[in-house]
Amino acid sequence: MYNFNFSSKFKIANIFSLVLFFTSVILIFFNGLNYGIDFKGGTLIELRSINTEVSTIRDALKSMDLGDINVKKFGKDGDFLIKVEQKGESNKFIPEIKNKLSENINSEINFRRVENVGPKVSAELLQSGIIAISLSLAAMLFYIWVRFEWQFSIGSIIALFHDVIITLGIFSLLKLEINLSIIAAVLTIVGYSMNDTVVIYDRIRENLGKFHKLSISEIANLSINETLARTIITSITTLLALFSIFILGGEILRGFSFAMILGVLIGTYSSIFVASPILKFFKVSHKTLEKEEEKIVP
Amino acid sequence: MLNFSKINIFIIYLIFIVIATFSFLNLQEKDNRILEKKINLGLDLQGGSYLLLEINSDSLVKEKIQSKVIPIKKLLKDNQINYNDFKISDKNLSLQLDNIEKFDLLFNSRKDNLVNPYIDKYRSFELEYKKIDNNKINISFSKFGLLTINNSALKQSIEIVRRRIDDVGTKEPTILQRGEKRILVELPGLKDPERIKNLLGKTAQLNFRLVSDNSEFGIEELLSEDGEKLNISRRIILSGENLIDAQPSIQNQNNEPTVSFTLDRLGAQKFGRATTDNVGKRLAIVLDGEIVSAPNINEPITSGNGMISGNFTFQEATDLALLLRSGALPTPLTVVEERTVGPDLGEDSIKSGITSLIVGFVLVIVFMLYKYKIFGLIANTALIGNLLMLIGILTILEATLTLPGIAGIILTVGMAVDANVLIFERIKEELKTEKSIIHAFDSGYSRAKITVLDANVTTLIAAIILFAFGSGPVKGFAITLGIGIITTLFTAYFLARHLTSLVVLNSKDKGIKI
Repeated sequence: MYNFNFSSKFKIANIFSLVLFFTSVILIFFNGLNYGIDFKGGTLIELRSINTEVSTIRDALKSMDLGDINVKKFGKDGDFLIKVEQKGESNKFIPEIKNKLSENINSEINFRRVENVGPKVSAELLQSGIIAISLSLAAMLFYIWVRFEWQFSIGSIIALFHDVIITLGIFSLLKLEINLSIIAAVLTIVGYSMNDTVVIYDRIRENLGKFHKLSISEIANLSINETLARTIITSITTLLALFSIFILGGEILRGFSFAMILGVLIGTYSSIFVASPILKFFKVSHKTLEKEEEKIVP
Repeated sequence: MLNFSKINIFIIYLIFIVIATFSFLNLQEKDNRILEKKINLGLDLQGGSYLLLEINSDSLVKEKIQSKVIPIKKLLKDNQINYNDFKISDKNLSLQLDNIEKFDLLFNSRKDNLVNPYIDKYRSFELEYKKIDNNKINISFSKFGLLTINNSALKQSIEIVRRRIDDVGTKEPTILQRGEKRILVELPGLKDPERIKNLLGKTAQLNFRLVSDNSEFGIEELLSEDGEKLNISRRIILSGENLIDAQPSIQNQNNEPTVSFTLDRLGAQKFGRATTDNVGKRLAIVLDGEIVSAPNINEPITSGNGMISGNFTFQEATDLALLLRSGALPTPLTVVEERTVGPDLGEDSIKSGITSLIVGFVLVIVFMLYKYKIFGLIANTALIGNLLMLIGILTILEATLTLPGIAGIILTVGMAVDANVLIFERIKEELKTEKSIIHAFDSGYSRAKITVLDANVTTLIAAIILFAFGSGPVKGFAITLGIGIITTLFTAYFLARHLTSLVVLNSKDKGIKI
């Protein structure tokens, strides 16, 4: 078993977390999130054309009055991603763009992916994404409240907020695209972080019953140490899988796996350094459990 | 926890083998299947087009409210109710009446009410009116009237969309209603949806109207195919509804592509009468408010067969024939979302998905072996069993596998070992205080049970919510993640536990290291 003194680091970790959290909030509000076409509407074209430069594509489209155009390399050499701001309801301009590119680019063009999301649909997708994340947080809150006491429930939900906001903050800082798969990643992070927190909380609850004389800090410290081997091993296997997707899974899954990797790291950290100290803040003791004895017996 | 009765063992392995066997159905040869079950590939993996279409009910409401003008005027006239200031707007009609009480009786009569039919299903009239002041009223569709219009337009649109797409002949299209106003169309294997989009973007309302200056039925000015301004009567001689067939053809004289059509009996009669009465005049063929052509009527056409020419290319003639055959859409359809993936990107995605799955899987297996030795082997056996069951269940459900779905499987591999790690770590702790190895394993399993359950339920909750709110490929992720949790619990708590019990019970309480 490990024997680190985690509880002595709670204070500094909490300050660190608060700084990260509020920096992330500020970033999200002022720097904004880089929404992809799923949430902003617009057109995305992925094409493959060997011996073509970004500037050639940009120049070809310049004359078309398409609004904001974003052209960049995408993965392998010769793969490009074009993003066009939504203009009006009509998406007749997709064939026009294709024709224009074919005229202006000498080598063969393979249109690998074309996506167009109208303004109405993108607004709905964003809305349902926000609902999904909020609902999952609420469901977790409720589940932990049923299985543990309310102090645990609050603690875990704060840890989850911490994870989600900081992950989004990093996405804002790095200007990474937020699309549908990032929502999926955030929800999975919520599940994973919760999973991690539950394992530690479970042990804290058990130890609270066993060692009446220990303070909550000591109990938390003991429980974290007892479950640390599992925490590390599971993080490693999950990260092994995620890095495998990140490196080998192709360009489309890169954002998703990056968000998950961040989430697993932050989630593991928050289970130890955010979720556990909150129990101390609420002065949880074995008496907290006795009040609802019948509820906690599994 | 380590004692299994024979019947328990039998049931566990039976469930496992049956489900796992299904996963092998995916390896069947295409034309030689024992059982028609397999995992379907999502459009992002096999390539194809996804279109979300929306009906425009505003234009329909406008049209429908206008069609009420004549019946209402007739009702008022027949019952000697004086009216004036009759105004038509997009959504309602407003007018002044001298006898609102009498109007109310007629308007809200349930018997033989042709103006304002009563919809039994909703217990509501189609129309409703509001008094604006003493003798002025505003007539509009009721909530259920609008709903009825919308629903029937949507049903009809789906039918027409299906006919048009079937006519083009793409393989295995999916056409489904989505919500109250939308139609989802999935076209696997389609590389360029432009032609389909063009075909679905046209309502294809065809009618034949005379070129005439006679304003008895009202006239409107339209441009002919040559850019000539023509006065066209609003009276419709014949509409597309009377068409039973339309085919592209080549006119022999000048090799011009045309569309030849066949009318039903009623249509043939109407057409015959109109062409007989108007020999020498011009007949305009109007499609969606635009003149296709306006030929001279040289002689009466009574056979019920006709031909439309209009400087078409052969492709245009083919498409027009297809549109006329399939019938008119009640409202224009707008493409509100479109996602097309080319077949080679799909193939690349499958390749990179499978590669990362194999690599991730091998990494996890090697790590577990290194960490837990013989018990790592057990965890790995459970992991392989887990994968087989996961694929088996996906096969039984004939689920759709997407690229994020593959990511979900890889993630399951990474997280699935958690259950066994929790248990093994717990056993390690128990071994410190417990002298009997069997007891230590036994209490390790039972104490870790609650934690394992709690920990997995949380991820399952996230997966279920994602399934409910996610769309398309993301739904595929939620499915694999969710099913992965269930198979994880099964394999950890039944398969791995049984294998562990074999090892532990055979060791006879002597020197086991975990």
